[in-house]
Amino acid sequence: MAELDTSSGGGKKGGKVRSKKASTRVDLTAMVDLAFLLITFFMLTTTLAKPKAMDVTMPDKDEKVKDELPVAASRSMTLLLGANNKVEWFIGEPGKTPPETTSYGKDGLRKVLIEKGQEVQQSTGKYMVVLIKPSDKSTYKNLVDALDEMKITNVQSLAIVDITAPELELLKRDGNY
Amino acid sequence: MPRVKVARKSTSIDMTAMCDVAFLLLTFFILTAKPRTEDPVQVDIPASSVEQPVPDDNMLTLTVGQGKVFFSVDGNDIRKQTLIQMGEKYKINFTPEEQIKFSGLPVFGVPIAQLKGFLALEPDQRKEFKQPGIPRDTTNNNELSDWIREARKADVALHNKALRIGVKGDNKEEYPVVKDVIRILTNQKINKFNFITSLRAAPKK
Repeated sequence: MAELDTSSGGGKKGGKVRSKKASTRVDLTAMVDLAFLLITFFMLTTTLAKPKAMDVTMPDKDEKVKDELPVAASRSMTLLLGANNKVEWFIGEPGKTPPETTSYGKDGLRKVLIEKGQEVQQSTGKYMVVLIKPSDKSTYKNLVDALDEMKITNVQSLAIVDITAPELELLKRDGNY
Repeated sequence: MPRVKVARKSTSIDMTAMCDVAFLLLTFFILTAKPRTEDPVQVDIPASSVEQPVPDDNMLTLTVGQGKVFFSVDGNDIRKQTLIQMGEKYKINFTPEEQIKFSGLPVFGVPIAQLKGFLALEPDQRKEFKQPGIPRDTTNNNELSDWIREARKADVALHNKALRIGVKGDNKEEYPVVKDVIRILTNQKINKFNFITSLRAAPKK
């Protein structure tokens, strides 16, 4: 392998004085050490957790589309993303049903979404439509969290919409803005 | 009674095979390692349960952090073509050296008027330089929108592909900035894009 046969063939006596040949065998230990050091370095620096891409679809802004179907208020749920990681939700139109404040995550938003989704499904026979309305005080994380809950709870149709003034008032009244 | 002599063996092992394996692995890791583009601002991306990975190429990423927006697009040729088109649009003539420098720039966030000066900096200085972000005013000065449009045009012209758009935002980023970006995208009829997130460690079920 790493050594060559350096022994001369016959053991002829007499004749020329041969210079002693050094073995060509190299000590590879240091080289292996170095290689493993570099392997360790590259293994530790490679990012194992690749970033993920969450699909977002926005409603078309084109005003020419006239064949939009109005969604019944009883089927639409509105989420108002407020400050301090709070979210308010209500079914139907703003002001008619009192909003409730909840938090993101398993016991907050997810529970509400699952319960209300089933209620809407039973009472109207159709899936629930969720409108996400982030206020200016909410953060990007809130939006991603809300969208993630939609994915987890299998909400069929959702939209990110700008918040309106009466809804802002609701948030302000409850101290979430 | 004669003692049984244990034959002494040499303790040196043949390292050749080990060396081969080590270097094979090393080569593998070097080749698969992707140079990480350093974000000009600290960006802490939110977690989600989405498991779809970010595509490796043909991607335009808008990094949003500290109220600033930074622009990056994959592919040196697309970057170069985008710069040429932007130069034509804003009547700024970029020299071939500047074009080459720009095509090697993975991410930037300076107004186009300052771009020449930014490209003239040494790479070390560029890292130090506080980039103000790309202007994204709603009025006539919407450079971000132009950058996106020109990059999309360049991608269609060079590769005949539709550029995918990703938004990489910081956890703490206030929504108005994100809203600006979303509005710019929807104004160009980009209604489908991606939010770049990391995988949540343990999915909360």
